[in-house]
Amino acid sequence: MEVLIQNIINALQWGSFYALIALGYTLVYGVLLLINFAHGDIFMVGAYIAFFLVIFMLGNIGLDPGITLALAVPLTMILTSGVGVTLERIAYRPLRRKGAHRLYVVITALMCGLILENGNLALLGASRKRFPELLETTVYRFGDVSVTNLKIIVILAAILVFFFLQFVVTRTKIGMAMRGISYDKFAIPLMGIPVDTVIVFTFILGSGFAGLAGLLFAMSYPVLEPYMGALIGWKAFIAAVVGGIGDIRGAFVGGFLLGFIEIGVVAIFPSTMRDLFAFSILLLILWAKPTGLFGLARHQKI
Amino acid sequence: MKRFLKRTALAAAVMVLAAFMLTGCGSEDENVIKIGFNIPLTGDIPKVGESSKFAAEMLLEDINSQGGVTVGGKQYKLQFLYEDNESKAESAVNVALKLIDQDGVVAIIGPNSSKQAVPAGGTANENETPMISPWSTNPDTTKDRPWVFRAAFLDPFQGPVAVNFAAKTFGAQTAAVIFDISNDYSKGLAEIFRQEWEKKMGPGSVVAFESHGTKDQDFSAQLTTIIGASPDFIFVPNNYNQVALIVKQAHDLGWQGPFMGSDAWGSAELMQLCGDDCKGQHFSTHYAAAGAKGDTKVFIERYNEKYGYTPDDVAALTWDAARLVLQAIESLDQWPSERSAQRAAIKDALGQIDEFAGVTGTMKFDDQGDPIKCAVVVRISDQGAFEFAESVCP
Repeated sequence: MEVLIQNIINALQWGSFYALIALGYTLVYGVLLLINFAHGDIFMVGAYIAFFLVIFMLGNIGLDPGITLALAVPLTMILTSGVGVTLERIAYRPLRRKGAHRLYVVITALMCGLILENGNLALLGASRKRFPELLETTVYRFGDVSVTNLKIIVILAAILVFFFLQFVVTRTKIGMAMRGISYDKFAIPLMGIPVDTVIVFTFILGSGFAGLAGLLFAMSYPVLEPYMGALIGWKAFIAAVVGGIGDIRGAFVGGFLLGFIEIGVVAIFPSTMRDLFAFSILLLILWAKPTGLFGLARHQKI
Repeated sequence: MKRFLKRTALAAAVMVLAAFMLTGCGSEDENVIKIGFNIPLTGDIPKVGESSKFAAEMLLEDINSQGGVTVGGKQYKLQFLYEDNESKAESAVNVALKLIDQDGVVAIIGPNSSKQAVPAGGTANENETPMISPWSTNPDTTKDRPWVFRAAFLDPFQGPVAVNFAAKTFGAQTAAVIFDISNDYSKGLAEIFRQEWEKKMGPGSVVAFESHGTKDQDFSAQLTTIIGASPDFIFVPNNYNQVALIVKQAHDLGWQGPFMGSDAWGSAELMQLCGDDCKGQHFSTHYAAAGAKGDTKVFIERYNEKYGYTPDDVAALTWDAARLVLQAIESLDQWPSERSAQRAAIKDALGQIDEFAGVTGTMKFDDQGDPIKCAVVVRISDQGAFEFAESVCP
């Protein structure tokens, strides 16, 4: 019983990261119908931005770890969304202007991801970085079940981000514009809605939360390397597809679902079975419902 | 525009071809002896590659500043070629082939981790080029491969060292193991450990035996199973980068008992990545830098002065491995002119070395080309230094 509860907590933490990254995929897809394959690497860049900010604030300025954390959260999100917007500006927008087919934009995204990874490798070298401890780890014990303060923060952050995005997309004017673009991107500009601004806003949201995920990930798994975003990014993308890409709820549920399956399989079977089981189950879900859990065949995506 | 593109493409193709041809027939200097290094400069364990390279550079300077290696009264300059195997098995094979066919080295040093050394050893053996792995402890690296040697002890020896030390020091009856299933080194050592522990403590005394993949970052499910089985200690035969994550996550899950590690912990980067979580833990390794004497002390001081950190066991073993090759070359009566003869002569000379005094201790060689040498157990002190705890000799 204790082992079960412990594993549920483990899965909630691990699923939170998938959910946070999957939300970024789904936002961009919802508006542009573009699979932003660089998103996993934006997450990696977010973790590195957080690392350098924290080192700078702790070392050069000599701030208290608590204040550093409070400052690092917004700064990391702002700077990482800057990276996302820059990518949109220099890689995706020119192609969109020339009316390139979506396929070319997707390939461009894939290449941008590889450039970010290898650019990092070239700039910073292959040696790993240790993320400094910002939060005094407190282990709360309930019988044989242990949970740290950081785990609670990670899970809460994922849930809050979900509600925030759900609110923005469904209850605000700019959210309506985002849904509008995905519904008909030719009619929307005729209504006087600035499409480029809305797209930039979408990238700010998606990349900003990838930055938050990067910071939280670096705090939970404090060894950074240039390829850390690749695999987790791919898996989060699959989670978003299974949830129904383009739907905020889908990304959230898909992320946690993948987290639960992965932890659950490893808890019972040898770890080599993990990806086999996880992706077989996801395949079954897609088989039964090809548009994903929350996706509708002709639904206004996002 | 179209023509321009076509021409650019053609020009690029010609240039690539030319580049291939140029590297294919580089000018040969008869007075140079080339030795290749097949090391992980990027990938999962870049610090291992860096340590190897630094130690080799230091040795190269020593030798070449004295005019080179003397064979049969004639001096030859030494040239070291460093190739990155990205810490991948397939790249290690490609690097071995490149060093053998394209660069024409007379001997290869590395790969370091058994994950790369086992497959690359096969390549070197088939192509009849002597290879000496500094750090690989898996028996398969040299088994039935007359051209392959090593400078490290073997896991069938290291396993019992860990077993006996943990039983004595922790007073442990039960053990749990977490290992990397896609790494020959980690998997092999984990299995030897389980066998030895159950032989000593009875069947079922290894209460959990959990695996993970090389790229994994979350080990919470495995560690929950392990902690649920309440072992007396956890054996972690993993690379240092994974150790940092495993130990921290175990502590986050409420584990307060000891860990026992293996020689792959002993990188200079371990404490940088692991921090306070690793302090007070023990691992078995090839040498202890703190409190060294004689040649070992000189080596450590020189390395420290040159590169600014204490050399880890990979650095010391690479130094020994390279010196073994040089000793083999110097023991020849004359340097053959044919490359295949040079390689064969080095292999025969390496096979004839019975005893060698290295910075990682004195080693004797058995008929598989494996050294018989002592292992050390070190404790990670509160300052993060690797302190000598015990020495175990065969």
